[in-house]
Amino acid sequence: MSSNRTPHQTQEQPVTEKMSGYEAVIGLEIHVQLQTKSKMFCSNSTSFDGYDNEHICPVCTAMPGALPVLNERALEFSIKTGLALGCEIRKHSVFARKQYFYPDLPKGYQISQFDLPLCEKGHVEFLFNGERKRVGITRAHMEEDAGKSTHHGEYSLINLNRAGIPLLEIVSEPDMRSAAEAAEFARTMRKIVRYLEVCDGNLEEGSLRCDCNVSVRKKGEEKLGTKVEIKNINSFRFIEKAIEYEIHRQIDCVESGEKIYQETRLYDPDKNRTIAMRLKEEAHDYRYFPDPDLLAVDVDDALVNKIKGSLPELPLARAERFVNTYKLPEYDAAVLTQERELADFFEEVAKVSKNPKGASNWVMTDLLRELNDSKKEVEQSPIPAGYLGRMIALIDKGTISGKIAKTVFAEMWSSGRDPEAIVQEKGLTQITDTSEIEKIVDDVIAANRAEVDAYLGGKEKLFGFFVGQAMKASRGQASPEMLNDLLKKKLKP
Amino acid sequence: MDLTRSSIIQIRDAVRAKRVSAAEVASHFLSRVDKLDKKLNAFITVNPRVIEDAKELDARIAKGEDVGPMAGVPVAVKDLLCTEGLRTTAGSKILDNFIPPYTATVVNKLKDAGAVVLGKTNLDEFAMGSSNETSAYGTVKNPWNLEYVPGGSSGGSAAAIAARLAPGAIGTDTGGSIRQPAALCGVYGIKPTYGRVSRYGIIAYASSLDQAGPMANSAGDCAVMLEAIAGKCRFDSTTTSVGVPKWSQEVRQDLKGYRVGLPKEYFVEKLDPDVALVTQTAIDAVKKRGAEIVEISVPLVKYAVSVYYLIATSEASSNLARYDGVRFGHRADFSGTPAKDLEEFYSLNRAQGFGVEVKRRIMLGTYALSSGYYDAYYQKACQVRRLLRDEFLRAFESCDVLLSPVTTSPAFKIGERISDPLEMYLNDVFTTSTNLAGLPGMSVPAGFSTGGMPIGVQLTARHFDEQRIFDVASALENTLVIEERAPDVI
Repeated sequence: MSSNRTPHQTQEQPVTEKMSGYEAVIGLEIHVQLQTKSKMFCSNSTSFDGYDNEHICPVCTAMPGALPVLNERALEFSIKTGLALGCEIRKHSVFARKQYFYPDLPKGYQISQFDLPLCEKGHVEFLFNGERKRVGITRAHMEEDAGKSTHHGEYSLINLNRAGIPLLEIVSEPDMRSAAEAAEFARTMRKIVRYLEVCDGNLEEGSLRCDCNVSVRKKGEEKLGTKVEIKNINSFRFIEKAIEYEIHRQIDCVESGEKIYQETRLYDPDKNRTIAMRLKEEAHDYRYFPDPDLLAVDVDDALVNKIKGSLPELPLARAERFVNTYKLPEYDAAVLTQERELADFFEEVAKVSKNPKGASNWVMTDLLRELNDSKKEVEQSPIPAGYLGRMIALIDKGTISGKIAKTVFAEMWSSGRDPEAIVQEKGLTQITDTSEIEKIVDDVIAANRAEVDAYLGGKEKLFGFFVGQAMKASRGQASPEMLNDLLKKKLKP
Repeated sequence: MDLTRSSIIQIRDAVRAKRVSAAEVASHFLSRVDKLDKKLNAFITVNPRVIEDAKELDARIAKGEDVGPMAGVPVAVKDLLCTEGLRTTAGSKILDNFIPPYTATVVNKLKDAGAVVLGKTNLDEFAMGSSNETSAYGTVKNPWNLEYVPGGSSGGSAAAIAARLAPGAIGTDTGGSIRQPAALCGVYGIKPTYGRVSRYGIIAYASSLDQAGPMANSAGDCAVMLEAIAGKCRFDSTTTSVGVPKWSQEVRQDLKGYRVGLPKEYFVEKLDPDVALVTQTAIDAVKKRGAEIVEISVPLVKYAVSVYYLIATSEASSNLARYDGVRFGHRADFSGTPAKDLEEFYSLNRAQGFGVEVKRRIMLGTYALSSGYYDAYYQKACQVRRLLRDEFLRAFESCDVLLSPVTTSPAFKIGERISDPLEMYLNDVFTTSTNLAGLPGMSVPAGFSTGGMPIGVQLTARHFDEQRIFDVASALENTLVIEERAPDVI
């Protein structure tokens, strides 16, 4: 997924005259599917493989008498995420039943958290238009997923494989003011949960789901406008487009004196618009109450500290360290820290090569290009980080030229062999023997008298021609610097 | 061997010693059910495999295997506990066709102890009732007088024990559903401490109150059964890892040093004179065994019935949401006219499947949890519940066991109270606070009314102190001179 490796270039928003008098207020609710092996309250697999209703049992199908038992791993993942978001972890949190009838909700209620959520009062920071943006996290609470309904005209089918898969619902403060900012926040959240290894962050498959709350108000006004929730958005691009559309729609409503309803709207990516789904005002009274089948969750300091100790360095901090320690440009640092594995790979290359800038260039251009072309993840790279590091060191030592390195790189990619072996076997060592290069240069000059005359006559562009000829004659192995120097010397009038 | 009158301990010893086979025992009680249950209606389903199960046990015993402390004992299981492959109805039409795909922990533990399931006993629908009249499978008759209710909701289990259709039975108790029918049928029944026995596989009525327990013809038999079913269960987070003592072996009848508390709020004016008299004889009996009698007070019990009906119905309204006709259970006939929308689908399935009392409680609970009412009803009830528990714990600073009546009166006639739900709810005035506080409580037969109906007394102890209940129950069992009476049906 190449798009995920390139930091988002924020586009200039089309600011119409009409819009300029308004301000959008945006908050996001992100559902993170925690990648535990088993479901939240039973021992069934969370795997998406297998046939419909394969991963079910009396608990997740709500057979009479079945009881939930909390998956400790889901709790740990939730605490880990909460800590990474700078949240306070509640020592005593409670599972509550959110009650509503729907055929893919087997118990007639969803086990969730209500007034006593596990995580509260955190924040997330990210770079937006070159500046540090901070968005508050209101809360993050644990809940179970429902099953999946598919409708076939006369009848509907229900697949409960997904029922009971653990989710962490993260609710942001309404701190964002543009669609691009909201999309960048969502990308940051994805990056974080992937760094934490609690979720694969796949929007298309729904392991990360994003609902956007959008309202508009006249600039300078304190009071918030009526909030509309947009659901069903399965890519970062669509988050931006859906919010953009919704802001325009709401401004149009205000301008024309139409009422904005507090409602849930679905985004239709084909038509690029949002469609009303249901009015919130008519929505359910969920009759939340503490689930008597589950004990309150008591989290002790020892567990929190243990998890705190296991937290990885997070993307923004890592990018900043790359800038400070390796003196990389901010852009490079951002690209390299998109994925934890890529950042790890880069750091290994930098360590082995002792040349961070070189490491950054090779990883960002050659490696990422090959990975993208072959649709591989960085962990699947046929070139181990150490090999790439050693190859860069060979360049820096002058053993091979930068040009030859391209050949070595290609060979490493296709064979997986180490750079020294490739250089050795193919005789790719750079020629640094002055007399050897001198002979080549002399031969080239001798063989191209007409060009030499033209060059000496003022056609300086021809210098490149001599370099090419000489390099060709050396089969690319001549040290480019030495070749240049000698040519310049010998071609003096 | 007179199997009909044998205790669980006697049967188990005889089976272990091969003086009688498990199959003989099973077929003896099976034939009693065949003969007598037409009159009593205590069973909804008889286990068609019971003889086969018993024969398997015999085969293991023949090989010299110790099959456990309930060897060959047929047990009647309240039809609220799931039994894999054996229909489980909860006394409701909505589960008329329900064959569970799994078995409740309690039933598995009984089987592991060598017991066989004789059948599934009748109950108030979803355990909601105090007279067994709300069952969709007909009212159970009290074996002592067929015109009287057996109590509820574990009325089928109580009647089966009283009529000796089984030597042991399992009931469940949410607000008195083991103790009240035990008292009304003249048998022993204990509701263990909340968390003592797994609720996994027991169809939930009110999760924070429900607890399964044994019903039998002696305190010792109850102790043996409770030893078999108690303990931490990995499928029920609310069970505790408190150790399970060998109550049956440690029981003492000498009550010297015991302080037996009489909660004054339980000795009210409206107490039936026969009940008052029988309770007094029980007090005299424990005194005779050396116990000291102290008067204590738990003032908040006056709110127990109100608190109970708010909490129990709230939880029930949620627990019963799963009966929607989607995955199992009753579904209305939509073959001619399909449901016009989801709401009609749910409404018809549930309207046809649930009985009047269940609907009443679902509505009550839904109301108590509704936004705008939650604080005043459900929340307030939870607060009072905590205070009530505190009061009990304080009371237990000055006594070890509470002794009180179980009910205000002996069994009443079928049909007498069913039209007045409030009057019916007040049956539970002495039993509900035990569940609210999570305490263990037992009903022990203590005498008869002038009309010849049994009367029991209730023993209540600290959390996880079932031992003292068994001690006092055994003392009563051996001290009270109860006339050797048996129901006519025997």
